[in-house]
Amino acid sequence: MTGNLGINGDSAVALAWKQVDPDVCAAYPITPQTIIVERFSDYVADGEVETEFVCTESEHSAMTVCIASASAGARTVTATASAGLAYMWETLGIASGLRVPLTMTVANRALSGPLNIHCDHSDVMAARDLGWIIMFAENVQEAYDNAIMAMRIAEHPDVQLPVMTNLDGFILTHAIERMTPLDTHAVKDFVGEYKPLYPLLDVKNPVTHGVMDLQDSYFEHRYQVNQAMKASAKVIEQVFKEFGEISGRHYDMIETYKCDDADYVTLTIGSTAGTMKAAVDELRAEGHKVGAVKLKVMRPFPAQNLRDVMAGKKCVAVMDRHLIVGVSGPVFLEVAADLMDLPDCPKLVNYVYGLGGRDVMVEDLKQVYMNMMNDKQDKVNYLGVKL
Amino acid sequence: MTTSLKELSKIPMKLTPGHRLCAGCAEPIVARQVLMATEKPVVVANATGCFEVSTTIYPYTAWNVPWIHTAFGNAAATCAGVESAYHALRRKGKIDQEMRFVAFGGDGATYDIGFQSLSGAIERGHQFLYVCFNNEAYMNTGIQRSGATAKGASTTTCPAGSCVPGKQQYPKDLTMIIAAHELPYAAQAAPHNWKDLIAKAAKGFEIGGPAFLNTLTPCPRGWRHDSDKTIDMSKLAVETCIWPLYEYENGKFRLTAESARIAEGKMEKKPVSEWINSQGRFKHLTKDRWMDVADAIQEEIDRKWNKLIQLTKL
Repeated sequence: MTGNLGINGDSAVALAWKQVDPDVCAAYPITPQTIIVERFSDYVADGEVETEFVCTESEHSAMTVCIASASAGARTVTATASAGLAYMWETLGIASGLRVPLTMTVANRALSGPLNIHCDHSDVMAARDLGWIIMFAENVQEAYDNAIMAMRIAEHPDVQLPVMTNLDGFILTHAIERMTPLDTHAVKDFVGEYKPLYPLLDVKNPVTHGVMDLQDSYFEHRYQVNQAMKASAKVIEQVFKEFGEISGRHYDMIETYKCDDADYVTLTIGSTAGTMKAAVDELRAEGHKVGAVKLKVMRPFPAQNLRDVMAGKKCVAVMDRHLIVGVSGPVFLEVAADLMDLPDCPKLVNYVYGLGGRDVMVEDLKQVYMNMMNDKQDKVNYLGVKL
Repeated sequence: MTTSLKELSKIPMKLTPGHRLCAGCAEPIVARQVLMATEKPVVVANATGCFEVSTTIYPYTAWNVPWIHTAFGNAAATCAGVESAYHALRRKGKIDQEMRFVAFGGDGATYDIGFQSLSGAIERGHQFLYVCFNNEAYMNTGIQRSGATAKGASTTTCPAGSCVPGKQQYPKDLTMIIAAHELPYAAQAAPHNWKDLIAKAAKGFEIGGPAFLNTLTPCPRGWRHDSDKTIDMSKLAVETCIWPLYEYENGKFRLTAESARIAEGKMEKKPVSEWINSQGRFKHLTKDRWMDVADAIQEEIDRKWNKLIQLTKL
């Protein structure tokens, strides 16, 4: 398959799975992820994949089936959103703790309540401490590319951790964009054959998975998860490099846009990064020295990459599409902790925006830069809230 | 499938000694009987609970076969995941031998928190045997009431007090609920009758679809009986019809072993009072104050027993 497609983000992820032809997929429908499992069901129904497709009765069981299937020795994928991710919460930490290299796409949607089906990052941010590698997509192309690259990252012997690839609900899951898929052979060659390390189904070498850890061993095992997460940074960069060679699309842990001489910089996750570039272009045309950083990989946290870019800037606004009630946005805390000991640490401010799918327009984002330039802002700001 | 003790004693142990379950615990007895029921390679999935924590305290394991535990409420989904991987890898030619899959969970993990997971896995038709160790309470956390706890039993969350006579509700009839899924095979068994239990497990392994085996597993700590009385308790539960032995196979109910003989009038049906008098958890029911509770239990056991007999005639 070559040439451009007009395709929505969910269908693009399903296409990536079809090209990989994973051994097992277990999932449960939830808006705005549902198109992924619907399209993939079509591929199963038409015999275009050999995948064992398991329609579970809940997300808790979906993630459980995935953990067990990957532990048994099968390349395994799933997808969810919002309440589905929350319902998986218990098992997410088990997936990383048992070092299970499965991959999951999350169509980011607000958590209840009140009930809301539209985009924000409250689902993924509530799962950020559970030991998963976490990647984000700015557009449909990245959502497709991430789904493919995630398998190589998860399954690397130095990593053996689950990977979550996020795309903004509706904004990317349902909107049709131009996307260039890889040739199916190229995808298959790139991901290669899954070689599980200690599969349950190797009955000649029986292994006990999911033991009881007491005070004398739990800490060490969690430390090992941390070490694997740290080691994954190098693997991610290598996978990005190899993917660039076959696709011409070059990624990095963070992406910088017109930052070199910028005094005022924003840090954004997901689809808003594209809108932010438009805001930067307009302000640059007016002669303002502004730039934008996109956080593509949040776990492992690219601490040094951010320090290298942010050092010496006058002000950095961290954009959060989630609010830790009573505190601030979560990414702001992590960036602040990362940059606080820089000798020339920029002024740091936080903008919580877009909760529950509230639109964020170029003009709104330009206002963020204007606020930074005029120093007219609070430490934590709520962009677009009607008061 | 062999069922002579001499032959069974030669089967290599899949669950080894050296686990840390209590003296008198029926769980390892049931587990060994179940694991003897297949000669094919078997993979075990286990819910959180006594059996899981006592057989796998890191860095030790009592398991000689592949074993996986993920969480409490999802043993069936865990087993389904392994079975799904098996089918996928067999189809792709990466596995060339037949295997069997068994899930173990306590009554809390089966009647309560894992019920949805079990129902879903059965509906989807995974080929696995689910074995419930029913000891009628959350024993691993210290004897709390579950949906399987008997009416009148005193537990730490339904203690017998001056106003309340222990658990006020009858247990959920899970075996019947599972049979209502119209799955290929469901049965009740108890470890004193090893021949009956092993035969049922063997059927479950070979039925070609989901199978459910509900086993009564006496717990000396929770039931308050001496640890050398485990097998006696198992037997008494069947003789009083507290725990009838039966199976549901391809739409038909059939009584087995002692239960069949009681129904045929070839064996005495013992009064429930013998059951109540045998365990400390029912001690308060023997006092005058709660005699009516004991009577009500007898009435309910009779009603269910008669209903079961009617079902076997359909």
